[in-house]
Amino acid sequence: MPLIIKNISKTYGQSQALHNLDLEVGDREFLALLGPSGSGKTTLLRILAGLISPTTGDVSFDGADLLSLSARERRAGMVFQHYALFRHMTVAANIGFGLRVRPRRDRPSAEEIKRRTDELLRLVQLEGYGARYPSQLSGGQRQRVAQARALAIEPRMLLLDEPFGALDAKVRRELRYWLRRLHDETGVTTIFVTHDQEEAMDLADRVAILNGGKIEQVGAPNDIYASPATPFVFDFLGAANEARGLVRDGELHVYDARFPLPGDGSGEVKAFFRPHEVEINPADGRGFMAEVVGVIARGPATRLECRRGDQVMEIDWARGRLPDGVTRGAQVRLAPERFTVFPAGT
Amino acid sequence: MSLAVTSAPRRRNARLLPGFQLSLGFTVIYLSLIVLIPLTALILRPWELGVAGVWDVVTSPRVLAALKLSFGASAIAAAINAVMGLIVAWVLVRMQFPGRRLLDALIDLPFALPTAVAGIALTALYAPNGPIGLWLAEFGIRAAYSPLGVVIALTFVGFPFVVRAVQPVLEDLDSGLEEAAFTLGANSWQRTWMVVLPAIRPALITGVSLAFARAVGEYGSVIFIAGNLPLRTEIAPLLIVVRLEEYDYAGAAAVGLAMLSLSFLILLAVNGFQRLMATPGAGR
Amino acid sequence: MSEKSIGRPSPILLGIGVAYVAILILLPMGMVFVEAFRRGPAEYLDIFAHSDTWSAIRLTLLVAAIAVPLNAVFGVAAAWAVTKFDFPGKGLLLTLIDLPFSVSPVISGLVWVLLFGASGWLAGPMASANVQILFAVPGLVLATLFITLPFVARELIPLMQEQGADEEEAAITLGAGGFRTFFMVTLPNIKWALLYGVLLCNARAMGEFGAVSVVSGHIRGQTNTLPLHVEILYNEYNFVGAFATATILAGLAIVTLVIKSGLEWRFADELSASRRH
Repeated sequence: MPLIIKNISKTYGQSQALHNLDLEVGDREFLALLGPSGSGKTTLLRILAGLISPTTGDVSFDGADLLSLSARERRAGMVFQHYALFRHMTVAANIGFGLRVRPRRDRPSAEEIKRRTDELLRLVQLEGYGARYPSQLSGGQRQRVAQARALAIEPRMLLLDEPFGALDAKVRRELRYWLRRLHDETGVTTIFVTHDQEEAMDLADRVAILNGGKIEQVGAPNDIYASPATPFVFDFLGAANEARGLVRDGELHVYDARFPLPGDGSGEVKAFFRPHEVEINPADGRGFMAEVVGVIARGPATRLECRRGDQVMEIDWARGRLPDGVTRGAQVRLAPERFTVFPAGT
Repeated sequence: MSLAVTSAPRRRNARLLPGFQLSLGFTVIYLSLIVLIPLTALILRPWELGVAGVWDVVTSPRVLAALKLSFGASAIAAAINAVMGLIVAWVLVRMQFPGRRLLDALIDLPFALPTAVAGIALTALYAPNGPIGLWLAEFGIRAAYSPLGVVIALTFVGFPFVVRAVQPVLEDLDSGLEEAAFTLGANSWQRTWMVVLPAIRPALITGVSLAFARAVGEYGSVIFIAGNLPLRTEIAPLLIVVRLEEYDYAGAAAVGLAMLSLSFLILLAVNGFQRLMATPGAGR
Repeated sequence: MSEKSIGRPSPILLGIGVAYVAILILLPMGMVFVEAFRRGPAEYLDIFAHSDTWSAIRLTLLVAAIAVPLNAVFGVAAAWAVTKFDFPGKGLLLTLIDLPFSVSPVISGLVWVLLFGASGWLAGPMASANVQILFAVPGLVLATLFITLPFVARELIPLMQEQGADEEEAAITLGAGGFRTFFMVTLPNIKWALLYGVLLCNARAMGEFGAVSVVSGHIRGQTNTLPLHVEILYNEYNFVGAFATATILAGLAIVTLVIKSGLEWRFADELSASRRH
C-alpha cells in the first residue's frame, strides 16, 4: 500500500471535520471517497493535496512522510470541483502550466512542453481546442482540461474533488466511463471524492464511505452493497425501508411474520430491506400485513406506499402488472426477499 | 489535548497558500505607520489641555457654531442628495435615452474633480456677480458667502455617493416584484413606495451616510464659497486650520477629535437605526 | 397602462434628473473653462510661462509618483492577506483600511503636524537627524498616503473575494511557488481592477487639497502642488491664472473619468461586481 493515512484528525475551531481516520490506498488503485456533504471527504482530499494540514496524524506515500512536503512538492494532481482553470490562459497554457513553472533545471524545452500538451489534448479528446479560453468551453470540456492539466505534471496520485458535480446528468454519465478508461490507460493512483453513490459504485475499485468525519466502511463496491457494515451505509447506498425486528432461533420476526435468517445471534434488531426486493402477496399469503395507502405509476416501475402502524414503507414493483387486488386501501402481505439486520441501538 | 502536544505543531492556517505572514505583516505595519500612529496622536494630543481645557475649547461659541454649521449643512445636503440621487439613479437604471452613458459618467465628476477646482468654480457661479448668483439675487437670495453656499458645495461633493450606492441595488432588483405588485392592482406610486423603496432602503441609507460623512470633513470646495466668517460661515475643518496657523496644536486636535467623535456617534446611530428597520424575515 | 410602463419613470423624472446633474455638476465644470478663457487664449496660456506653474506640476507629479505605487503595493498585500486567508481580527483590519475615507482631509494633514510639528512626538528625533518633514516633500507624501490609502485595496478586496483562492491553490498543487503563482495567476486576474484602483488613487493624490494644504506651508515654487497653487492665485485675485491652472486639474479629472468609464465598459467582468454598470 503506497498511500497510508494514519490517525488523521482535523479540527476547525470547535467543530471536528475528521476523527482519527485511517485509510490505505493501493498502487494504481481507483478509490472513491463517498459520503454526504459535511462528511469530511473534501477535507481529507485537501489534506492529501497539501492545501490544509491535519490537526494530528500522519500520511506516508511510498514509505516517505507526505505531510512534510509542501503542496508544490507533492506532485498530487488535483482536479477541483469547479475546475479552477486559469481563466486568462488558453487551454494549452493551462495544461502546460505545471511544466512551465518547474525550476529551470527540470523544465522541459518549449517544444517538449508543446508536444506533451498536444499529447494530453489528444488523451482527453480535445484536439484543436488548445487555443481556446476556458470561458469558451462547455462544462464537460472544462472538466477534461482540468484532468489533462493535473496529468501533465506526471502526478504520483490524482485527487478528484467532485469532478462531475457541476455537470448535467447525461454528461456526467458519459464522462464517468471516459474517466475509468483514462485511469486504466494511465494507471495513476486516484482518489475520487463524490456524494453520488451510483457514481462511486460504477467507477471505483474500492469505495470508502465517510460519515461525520469517520470511515464507516471500506471495500469493493459489490461487497459493500451486499454486506453493508452499518445502517448508515445501507441507507446511503440506496432507498431503504426500516422495521424493528427480533432475531430468535435462526428466524427474524418482523411484525406478524417470520423470515428465515441464517447465522447465529439473537435479540432486538433493526431490519432493513430495499424497495425493489419485496414480494407482494394477498392477505392470506406469506409476509406481514400492511395497508396500501398510495399507488404511483412511475414508468417501468410502480411505486406503492404501504403503511403498517405508524411506519410508511415504499415498495417498487417492476415485474409487470400489479397483482390482482392490490389497490389503494387494500390489505396485502409484504415479504421482503432479503433483509439486512443490525443490532438495535446502532 | 495530549495528542496535540506529542505531534509536531504544523502551520496553523486553514489554507497553505504562501505569503500569509509577508502580506499580513506588511499590511499591519504599513497601516500602523500611515493611519494608526498618526490618529493616536490626534486622540491623545488634546488632553495636554486637561479635560476642562478640552471642554472649554469644544464648547467655545466659535467651535460650537462651526460644528453646528458643518453638521447641519451636511445633513441638509445629504437630505437633498437622498431625493435627487434616488431620482437620478432611477432614471439611469430604468430609462434608455441618448446620452445615458455620458450622464452616468458625469455622476463621478465630484469624485474626480479636485476640491479646490470645484470650490472656485462654484464660487464663480454663485457669487453675487456670477451667472446663478445674479439670478438668485433678483429673488433676494444670497448664495455665496452664506450658509446656503456651504450647503451647495456639500451637495456637490456628496452627490455621487448616493447614486453609486443605490444604482447597483436598483439594477439587481427583481422586476418580478414590481410586476407582481402591478398584477395585484398597485398603482405606480404604491409600487414605488411599498415595493421598491423598502428594497433599496439599506443601500440608500448607506449612500446618504457616506455623503454625510464626506460632507462633514469637506474643506477645499467649501472654503472659497463660504466666506469664512467666524460664528456664521466658518466650517469646523477650517477652524482646525485657523488653530494650526495660531500654533494652537492641542486646540486644533481638540476640534478634530470632537468632529471625529460626533461623526462616529452619528454612524453608530445610523447603524442602530438600520438594524431596527431590518424587520425579521425581510432578508438582507 | 401597458405592461412596458411598469417601473419606467416618466419623462418628467428624466428632465428633473438631467437638469439637476447639469446645474450641480456640469455648470461648475464649464465655469472653470469659461473663467480661464475670459480674457482670451493669450492670457490663458500665460500661466504656462510661469516657473511657479511648472514647479507645481513637477511637485504634484512627484508626490503622486511616490504615494500611488506605495498604496498600490499596500492594496495588493492587504487584499491578498484578507481574501486568501482567515485570521482573527480581519473585520477590524477591513474597518481600519476604510478609515481614511471617513476622516476629514484636514485631519489627515493635522495628524502629521501633531506628530512632526512643534512639540510633536517625533519632532525631536527629526530635528536632530536634520530631516524636514513638514513644509517639505515628505509631509506632502505622508498626507497624500493617508488620504489615498484605501483606494486600491477597496477595488481589489471585493474582486479577489469573488474569485476565491481556487486558481492559486491549483497553481500551487501544479508546483508553482508563491511569486510565480502571484505573477502568473493572481495578477492577470486582477490587473484591470488594479489599474482602476490606481487610476482613482492617482486622481485623488494629484487633486488632494485639504490634507496637503495643512502640511505644505504654501511655499511658492517649493511646496506648492497644483491645487494649492490654484488657491494662492485665487487669493491674490489672479482669477484667470487660478482658473487656467484649474483647467489642468479639470483635464486630469476628465481623462480619469474617460479611462474609468472605458474600463467599466470594456472589462466589466474583471472588475468587482459593484463596478459593473
